[in-house]
Amino acid sequence: MVLILIDHADGQIKKASYEALTYGADVAKQLGTTAEGLLLGTVTANITELGKYGVTKVNQVSNEALNNVDALVYAKTIAEAATTLGAKVIVFSHSQTGKAVASMVSAKLKAGLVTGVVSLPKTDGGFVVKKAVFSGKAFANVEIKTDVKIISLNPNSYKIVSAEGSAEVVQLNIAVDAPKIKVTAVNKVSGEVPLTEAEVVVSGGRGLKGPENWGIVEDLAHVLHAATACSRPVADSGWRPHHEHVGQTGVQIAPNLYIAIGISGAIQHLAGVNRSKHIVVINKDPEAPFFKAADYGIVGDAFEIVPKLTEEIKKLHNS
Amino acid sequence: MKVLVCISKTPDTTSKIAFKNNNTQFEEAGVQWIINPYDEWYALVRAIELKEKDASITIHLVTVGGADADPIIRKALALGGDEAIRVNTTGDDSFYIASQIADVAKQGGYDLILTGKETIDYNSSAIGGAIAGLLDLPFVSLATKFDLNGTVATITRELEGGEETEEVSLPVVVSCAKGVAEQRIPNMRGIMAARTKPLKVVEPAAVDALTHIVSYELPPAKAGVKLVAADNVAELVRLLHEEAKAI
Repeated sequence: MVLILIDHADGQIKKASYEALTYGADVAKQLGTTAEGLLLGTVTANITELGKYGVTKVNQVSNEALNNVDALVYAKTIAEAATTLGAKVIVFSHSQTGKAVASMVSAKLKAGLVTGVVSLPKTDGGFVVKKAVFSGKAFANVEIKTDVKIISLNPNSYKIVSAEGSAEVVQLNIAVDAPKIKVTAVNKVSGEVPLTEAEVVVSGGRGLKGPENWGIVEDLAHVLHAATACSRPVADSGWRPHHEHVGQTGVQIAPNLYIAIGISGAIQHLAGVNRSKHIVVINKDPEAPFFKAADYGIVGDAFEIVPKLTEEIKKLHNS
Repeated sequence: MKVLVCISKTPDTTSKIAFKNNNTQFEEAGVQWIINPYDEWYALVRAIELKEKDASITIHLVTVGGADADPIIRKALALGGDEAIRVNTTGDDSFYIASQIADVAKQGGYDLILTGKETIDYNSSAIGGAIAGLLDLPFVSLATKFDLNGTVATITRELEGGEETEEVSLPVVVSCAKGVAEQRIPNMRGIMAARTKPLKVVEPAAVDALTHIVSYELPPAKAGVKLVAADNVAELVRLLHEEAKAI
């Protein structure tokens, strides 16, 4: 059985979990077995509807203490659930929760772990998964040698597919340890599309000259329902918050569309974005290295081009 | 108080990535090696800052690697830290590496174990959690702020679209991301001092690797950029809509 962790926040299922569910259901098909979900804590979302993504059953540990992710408590609960249910493959998304928990579950179960997986496993004579390495500059094919296998799926790597279906919800009776981590404050940035989950990302670099010029980036992002990002020098100068920095030492993303404005495209920046499906580069320097990694480009002044682009996209939406 | 900082050796961020032996091994020729930036800029520097405020703190560094990791660990000692331990083995399985560090940690009795949020070569974000799992300690991942108040740590960590502040009593394992500290350059005094700081080499614990890298591959090359004239932005929108189907 393939067990998929369903990650949630504020009562809602996270988008990355739909990807993990679709992926896990396809892994199960490939192995000739069933896929089940595992949900820790409580949600307001309709759990039976998760059957649309290919799971026949969702196992739930309805303990409200699990609505905050204390990695140790979470990992112990997942390890016990996986053992009780007889899971052979455990799927996480390589999100904040996956990064906190998957490796701990691996240690608890002595089960081989591969994180940042980008495609379905090869299962002819073994179990080999492909993962992103060298910060997006390459991939590694990794064999998991243990009976129980743990993988975490890179966000935006697998297309969400849904069909008719509903899942049976089964309550698991697992004793949950008291959390040792106390949450004292939560600060949500409301109204923004989370960067790693975004389908479209609009990103600005030093070419924009200063934080006061970010309006044109935000306007374009707004019409595209996109997340905003930036290059490292921009974050280091304090023009934009650190969590927007994409690149080798920042966030690595793989959106459907990445629009780079006034970013020259240093190798460290490319490492964070070169798994994007389509890359658009707008830069006044025709020699900017980013053009070599781009699908579409405009050589010219961002301050003229970007507002025009926003207008043209508005026209497209209204047509 | 004893702090253990995990240090990894990684290729420099500007390295061209290539493979050899039928794409089964990383091509090391011509590669400059550095301390993994997350281990150095955030985990190590934050530990040093804590010691600057409280001289009773002892900082140990640990790395898992061959003798070729010694220049990297010396460089880390030049920034700060009292002594270093190198576990004399190599590997690419996170459980194997974490088991070696957990073994060192068990013997040292540390109050705080700091790692970088990931290494820039394998990008697994797996070592900190696995160490904590093996030692049955609380783990906070992707910290962007870290403070100590006696034996209680106050940590801010990234969430998707926000952040959360948490309190936890030591001992704890924390993975550090941008924001925890600022990058430093080692000074001459540090470099001189690092030469005489103890670097202990220990043999690895008998643990089996649970995964194995079969081969590497490079991403497919881009077909080439389609340039659109600056006065024809509408054409770019048409291409993105009709050809790429991205908007």
